[in-house]
Amino acid sequence: MDSKQPDRRVFLKRGAALAGGLTLGAVEPVSRPAPASGQSVEGQSQEAQDYSSEELIAYGERSRFVTSKRIPHPRGGRPSPDEFGLVFHVAAPLQDSVGVITPSALHYIGTTRGSYVPDIDPAEHRLMIHGLVDRPLIFTMDELKRFPSVTRLHFIECAGNRSNPRQETVQETHGMTSCAEWTGVLLSTLLEEAGVQDGGNWIVAEGVEEVKGASSLPMAKAMDDILVAYAMNGEAIRPQQGFPLRLVVPGFEGILSVKWLRRVKVVDRFYMTYNDYGHLRQDPDDAALGYQIGPKSVITFPSGGQQLPGRGFFEVSGLAWSGGGAVSRVEVSTDGGQSWMDAEIQGTAHRMAHTRFSFNWTWDGQEAELLSRCTDELGQVQPTRAQVREFWNVPPDQRFSVKGQDNSIQPWRIASDGSVHNAIS
Amino acid sequence: MRSLRLLPFLMLLGGGSALAQSPTYGIGRTPTKEEIRAWDIAISPTGEELPPGRGTAEEGESLYLQKGCAGCHGMTGTGGLAPGLLKREAEPGTDPWALGRVLPIRSPYATSVWDYLNRAMPLGGEGTLTADEVYALTAYLLFVNGVIAEDEVMTAQSLPMVEMPNVDNWAPLPDWKPGTPRLPGYPY
Repeated sequence: MDSKQPDRRVFLKRGAALAGGLTLGAVEPVSRPAPASGQSVEGQSQEAQDYSSEELIAYGERSRFVTSKRIPHPRGGRPSPDEFGLVFHVAAPLQDSVGVITPSALHYIGTTRGSYVPDIDPAEHRLMIHGLVDRPLIFTMDELKRFPSVTRLHFIECAGNRSNPRQETVQETHGMTSCAEWTGVLLSTLLEEAGVQDGGNWIVAEGVEEVKGASSLPMAKAMDDILVAYAMNGEAIRPQQGFPLRLVVPGFEGILSVKWLRRVKVVDRFYMTYNDYGHLRQDPDDAALGYQIGPKSVITFPSGGQQLPGRGFFEVSGLAWSGGGAVSRVEVSTDGGQSWMDAEIQGTAHRMAHTRFSFNWTWDGQEAELLSRCTDELGQVQPTRAQVREFWNVPPDQRFSVKGQDNSIQPWRIASDGSVHNAIS
Repeated sequence: MRSLRLLPFLMLLGGGSALAQSPTYGIGRTPTKEEIRAWDIAISPTGEELPPGRGTAEEGESLYLQKGCAGCHGMTGTGGLAPGLLKREAEPGTDPWALGRVLPIRSPYATSVWDYLNRAMPLGGEGTLTADEVYALTAYLLFVNGVIAEDEVMTAQSLPMVEMPNVDNWAPLPDWKPGTPRLPGYPY
């Protein structure tokens, strides 16, 4: 991912740049970033990234001073790529996030078992719809793009996105969720084109990567809002995110948003593929928490590992989302949950999308515990871990893992020195 | 939908051109039977997609070594870096769910084992096993977990008939409907 290749870095003499290239209307060269050495004397040689190279004018890149990056998940887990080149889980840097869109290059990555990211020629790629349909169909990418399209903001979150006391940062506790603007065809459009037959109550969606990740999904969801997406954040989906085609299953566990999609089969039952088997549960209440993600939120600033410079004003900022629809309310507590105040929801809260919230706070320099709590349009409220423990009758001294997607409240402790810590217990 | 079902009749009347046109947008084409068969690799619990072939645990045991399975899963299906393939030792009568998260014992359907071996094993050689090899490896994994006898031959007919210990011991997924909470009353 590191794009700062030595061959792209050039040594510029400011005088030479002035003499050689400036035309009317060009930006004043003094806006060039100060060199790391601190040398800024006019005319002196300085090391600077050349953002005006032909290559970067054609397709831009971020400033070399911006270093936010993804990390393997879980903390201390297998690196990606591993020694064989397989990619596992990689978490997004939520501590650096602003707004609601995760840049495509920072969107979290999850793979079935661990996969090589395939290099697919879109001209050769096909999507087949078959099974219990009147008319099996096979589409090229160009054909799929002829269908009426939709563009929607949706988060995708991995079922492995759960906080534990060993984690330090919000990237470690919550980085396996991301949100993008997705464009594609509604799966219902394609299924109606093929004509779903009676008894076609499920679909199996399958990727073309070497593992051929496949998942069963209920037809009710397929006909409701599943997207067959070919674009992400205004350009073609990135290879790591399923280029050229993927499912986006709004609000459901991330593994169901099948990447590198090549086949949707309409079937009569749950197929118990390997991915399905991984989510198998014995208890019906546990299974009921398996598909749709509950209301969830997390404060991204201040969050674990960050440092407040001292007492004074801070805008507390975070993300809220729910698999049940739009976020309708976010509350913040600065006293460990004794009292709650409404946070401001910034912009429009989209359905099954990250929603940015903020809360104006003046820190008095005393130890504090910051929490956020999300309520969604269905009236579902994000629980504390204590509430979840009580629901499942887990004794206080027994270790437990939140069943289904862990949507429990994340506490951050602000120490009196301004350092921020994961306060989950 | 109803009009779609009339299409075969319309085709007879219209000399075969009706099916070439899809109902609303008319985009895409009909895949050939061969194209469907080549990609139709997800195996139903009924086994309807299983190809012809056969294999036994004895053949599977040799293949387990030949194909390098032991390198990741351990010589006896346990102790390797990759997920374990051998159930936990337990008293007779133990809830089979407690035998571990091991595909060839926990899955309610033996077809899941065939499906995953066929699509995703071995690492680096996915899709290279022949149908007979997949039947044999499936038989071996079911045998070492005490699900089938050593001499049982796995075929497209016998595999779906294998009764897994968890066949009725799992929670079906909820009947999901748009705009509904995941579990009413949880936990608020």
